[in-house]
Amino acid sequence: MNLSVPSQNVFHGLGALTNRELKKWYKDPFALFMSIIQPVLWIGLFGKAMNIGGLFPGASAMMQQVFGTTDYFSFMAVGMFSFVVVFTTMFSGMSFVWDRRLGFLNKVLSTPVSRTTIIVSKMCAAVIRATSQALVVLLIALALGLRFGPGFHPINLLGVLAVLFLMAGGLSSLFITIAIRTTRWETHMAVMNLLNLPLIFASNALFPIQAMPGWLQVIARANPVSYATEASRQLLLYPADAHKILTDFIFLGVFALVFITAGIVLSWRYLTR
Amino acid sequence: MPEEIIRAEGLSRYFGKAVLAVDNVSFGVFQGEIFGFLGPNGAGKTTTINMLTTVLKPTTGSARICGFNVLKQAREVRSCISVVPQEYTADEDLTGYENIMLCASLYSIPKNVAKQRADELLHLLALESASGRRVETYSGGMRRRLELASGLINRPHVLFLDEPTLGLDMQTRAAVWGYIRLLKEQYGMTLFMTTHYLEEADSLCDRVGIIDRGKLIKLGSPAELRAALGGDVMEIEIEDKGTDISEMLSELPKVQVVGKDGNKYRLKLTDGEEVAVEVIGSIHNHGHKVLRMSLTKPTLGDAYLELTGREMRDEQEGADQSWKRRLTMRRARG
Repeated sequence: MNLSVPSQNVFHGLGALTNRELKKWYKDPFALFMSIIQPVLWIGLFGKAMNIGGLFPGASAMMQQVFGTTDYFSFMAVGMFSFVVVFTTMFSGMSFVWDRRLGFLNKVLSTPVSRTTIIVSKMCAAVIRATSQALVVLLIALALGLRFGPGFHPINLLGVLAVLFLMAGGLSSLFITIAIRTTRWETHMAVMNLLNLPLIFASNALFPIQAMPGWLQVIARANPVSYATEASRQLLLYPADAHKILTDFIFLGVFALVFITAGIVLSWRYLTR
Repeated sequence: MPEEIIRAEGLSRYFGKAVLAVDNVSFGVFQGEIFGFLGPNGAGKTTTINMLTTVLKPTTGSARICGFNVLKQAREVRSCISVVPQEYTADEDLTGYENIMLCASLYSIPKNVAKQRADELLHLLALESASGRRVETYSGGMRRRLELASGLINRPHVLFLDEPTLGLDMQTRAAVWGYIRLLKEQYGMTLFMTTHYLEEADSLCDRVGIIDRGKLIKLGSPAELRAALGGDVMEIEIEDKGTDISEMLSELPKVQVVGKDGNKYRLKLTDGEEVAVEVIGSIHNHGHKVLRMSLTKPTLGDAYLELTGREMRDEQEGADQSWKRRLTMRRARG
């Protein structure tokens, strides 16, 4: 028998698989609405209720020193980008567990799509989804009173986009890497719940690191969410400190690179069992 | 002799160190035939399919499909096969058409070719009117047909069907069988299927391998497997004249007397239909009158139970596999 195997590039099927993930989100108005309403509630309730500036009138010098700005709402709204990215990418691992459980994964594994593509499609979908949701949060925060810092230039928004990309890429890879061998979604859910709390609270997303106890500062300084938030604040609120931004980008870049690589390498090893 | 399109040599698969799911299985599947693996739940059928379709690595042994080695040429194997798994893998949130097109892009089929094939398959499987609806709304039979359509989009040389009618009602099962026969005739496709339904194996498969506890215990056509039981059973009752005709019956070719109760005789025949007529003829020629007779052909079920034993199989299946089976059966009813 003479069979010709069509030559295929490594990433064929990537667009289709990514789009499959995204369709579940953008074609479902309810899911879309719910994914945006949560950060809105956080910004609205938490950001406005915790009016720290209003609690201590006349303490603007202290505010400036602790938060880097006198406006806690803006400080917290930028932190909310990280919050959104963490919670959105969390589901990339979850959908992987479901694909395994429902048999879709085995079906895809028997097609000529490469293992790398399967993993990368999950990452792409998570990055696109998380980034666009974070941008929606930015628009809502602007409407609710977010004020850019004095050094802000529209080009900085591209920097924020890059930050979101790196953070979403790294985090989704981390979550997918955890999910790659998991067959039960309950197990995965438990691990996610364990991780998301420290990722958000042991970071500068809601409160500055300097105000934390020493041991927590150590964790927060190793937390990629801190670097992403810090970089976004530098770009949007603070008089952009090039040195700090560079450090943040290097850390985020390494973080994303390590976990994307880990996800891909593990996919070669563990997807064909 | 037709060409072997699948050749498995000594396939074994352990899960962990203790569970031997498939135990040194070797067989060949000829081009263009419907080959079935028949066995109880947890016998190793799905594990074998997973190894042949490059989803699982065999612990030992290997297989070739369309001339390609499943271990060393996995990508080539994947492009000439397709799998319709036991589970319903179509995405619930997408429409039937979108699901088929998704499968097409996994095989890098150009859009225009894929569209043409999708239309053809939707027509063939009577899904045209539902193709724009979300799969959520599909019945079990429609889901199964959609799985078949998705599995056919790449025109596979070998199509693997894992429990193709699990949980379906009799009408839908008969329809699915019809489609499977059609595929064989229309596309000359080779089909490798697993089932634990005896009548399915009997009516569809050209050859059946009976697999139990990971071992392939018998392989042959359904007729050969039945024949291995030693033929058909004939029971006759003759007019009571007080004479014993056992000896006369035993002398007939292809006849064996296995029981006698008064004027009732129980015989085992090979080629039952023809020999039964001769038996009745000889009894008449000897001056006896036949009052009643019955001829029972052994079913594949008899062969199956004889080979696998009768005890129930409660704990062979892993938790994950049994969850998937229950989910499929629930959805089939929906």
